[in-house]
Amino acid sequence: MADVKPRIKLDKKDIAKGGVIEVKTLVSHTMESGQRKDKDGKTIPRKILNTFSCDLNGKTIFSANMEGAVSANPYFQFKIKPAESGTLTFTWTDDDGSKIQATEQIKVS
Amino acid sequence: MRDAMNRRQALALGTGAVVAATLSLRAGPACAARNNSEEAIKAFTRGKEPVRGKVKLELPEIAENGNTVPMTVSVDVPMTEESFVEEVMIVAEGNPNPGVISFHFTPSSVAEANTRIRLAETQNVVAIARMNDGSVFSDVRQVKVTIGGCGG
Repeated sequence: MADVKPRIKLDKKDIAKGGVIEVKTLVSHTMESGQRKDKDGKTIPRKILNTFSCDLNGKTIFSANMEGAVSANPYFQFKIKPAESGTLTFTWTDDDGSKIQATEQIKVS
Repeated sequence: MRDAMNRRQALALGTGAVVAATLSLRAGPACAARNNSEEAIKAFTRGKEPVRGKVKLELPEIAENGNTVPMTVSVDVPMTEESFVEEVMIVAEGNPNPGVISFHFTPSSVAEANTRIRLAETQNVVAIARMNDGSVFSDVRQVKVTIGGCGG
């Protein structure tokens, strides 16, 4: 999964203290729900990204637990109110334990 | 007179058949089986009865493709260290599994999130928000699904 490159868009990267940044993320993943059957009638086992988290300097500020009912190529749009400058780390965790990660630098002044 | 009776009987029979058909449809395909959404909600609210309001769930009235339905949930509260939305859970009453997604918020985030979800059929979708003090709020929307997201 290491070759998957998530797409992340911040509406601004340099804000005044108390400001809000809108974040949009998109990552490629089939999100196999565990409900579908193959042509032999056997259930295709579930394989999804089960958690997403957005951390600022190592502290989680927004996260989500996903189930099979999240669409393929999960997309999120959310807003954060970062209290300090630093590194935003975005992490998606797969059912198989592998992780997809991306980072962005932001400045709060 | 006899004719009228017959017609009435025929009508009654007809209605009965329709009702029976609707009922059997409801219990029909595996995809539409009732899930345990009520238990999931109870576990989330820790037994409390959610109050209607504060939470706003936005979904299209009609979803042509149940595989990807845009959904926005927001909670109308100021997010401070003292009082903030801890978690918002989305439950689909007519999906094989009730859980869709749950968002965890902190005082450093705004209680609003948007994603795309799968809906197996026409159904109610419920959003329940739990505050850090344990109080719970909810909203519900019905979505008519044209093509189910069950993926045969």
